[in-house]
Amino acid sequence: MMAVLVVAVAVQRNLFSVVVLTGIYSFLMATVMVALDAVDVAMTEASVGAGISTVLLLGALYLVRADEAKPMHRPLLPLLVSIGVGVALVYGTLGLPAFSDPSAPIHTHVAPRYLNDALRETGVPNVVTAVLASYRGFDTLGEAMVVFTAGAGVVALLRRRRRDVGDGK
Amino acid sequence: MKNDLVLRVVAKLFMPFMLLFALYVQFHGELGPGGGFQAGVIVAAAVILYAIVFGLPAARRLVPDAIVESMMAIGVLIYAGVGVAGLLMGGAYLDYFVLDRDPVHGQERGIFWVEVGVAITVSSVMLKIFSMFASRGHDPDE
Amino acid sequence: MGHYSYFVTIFLMVAGLYVTIARGNLVKKLVGLSICQTSVYLLYLAPGKLIGATAPIVAPQYATYSNPLPHVLILTAIVVGVATLALGLALVVRIREAYGSIEEDQILAEDGRRDAAA
Repeated sequence: MMAVLVVAVAVQRNLFSVVVLTGIYSFLMATVMVALDAVDVAMTEASVGAGISTVLLLGALYLVRADEAKPMHRPLLPLLVSIGVGVALVYGTLGLPAFSDPSAPIHTHVAPRYLNDALRETGVPNVVTAVLASYRGFDTLGEAMVVFTAGAGVVALLRRRRRDVGDGK
Repeated sequence: MKNDLVLRVVAKLFMPFMLLFALYVQFHGELGPGGGFQAGVIVAAAVILYAIVFGLPAARRLVPDAIVESMMAIGVLIYAGVGVAGLLMGGAYLDYFVLDRDPVHGQERGIFWVEVGVAITVSSVMLKIFSMFASRGHDPDE
Repeated sequence: MGHYSYFVTIFLMVAGLYVTIARGNLVKKLVGLSICQTSVYLLYLAPGKLIGATAPIVAPQYATYSNPLPHVLILTAIVVGVATLALGLALVVRIREAYGSIEEDQILAEDGRRDAAA
């Protein structure tokens, strides 16, 4: 389903439909995340990816107001590069553990400690919030600063009023 | 769009529920899915809905520019302030154990304030980015 | 069929990569980049799931939980991704105002024209 959507995004030239398809893709990704038991991440992806991303893309489209031009030459080299990267990735992931393997290294190192001790040490049942705010609190501080920097950057880029520079399409 | 009756009524009807749901997600982020980021984005979405239906100047009257811009910085300062409070109480930076009389309550207090800081920053940044994009195309009416 | 999740992820990632490098439209490049980022979230979340386990919220009636560590990393990654998208779109808006187009070929041609005229 998502593969069909992505191919449609690649082929479509009307940018508005590309934005709508991307919103649908984000919602489907949020559904898949719920199926993978990642409820916090699904809520964030649904609100941020399908909500804010779509709003920002539509806002930019309103200011830019164009459609994609017809490609002048056939993109053979990028297609070969992408397929090459895909083959290399498939070869690389064949060595990774299979889906839902309880003895995979990801489940045996530090995750059992978080799951067992989070409620006792922090008093918070949601282990993801406990890890995000307490065990890995420095990362979240960095993330809050990244968000602030993005806001400051957009303000710096778009602050002054538009000057009349050739209003061509 | 503000001349359309259905949109006006529905937008005014939805906003309090969206804000209430954002507060619910924020404060129940410790007991269920949720937390600062999701709550901040939902608050921003509520105000963006109001701005889309009633126009950007009306949203500017609702949440003035100065408040949004200072909220962007205040959120990060709250987060960093919790860290400094840990320093002042005798522990390391961002140490929650020393913030209250016993370690578990200190953790809960630290996590609460950290999530509040994150929610404030995220909501104001999302709103500010949207209003930057929306006001670029024409002169803002003040 | 233990690696099926990886194959889906790789297809999405490669498709996003193709859209980023093969299309000349700047907004479409950013969309392709965001598709590539979303597929990376799937790459991280799929190995954390244990069949028969539940979401990592500690409750007395559940015994096994899915791994919470990838969730934390991907939460940060999602927010950073939208921050990048916002800055990229602001840059696209400024480029459009300065050069009059958002197609890569036309921008490069216009840039060359201005350099030759200067």
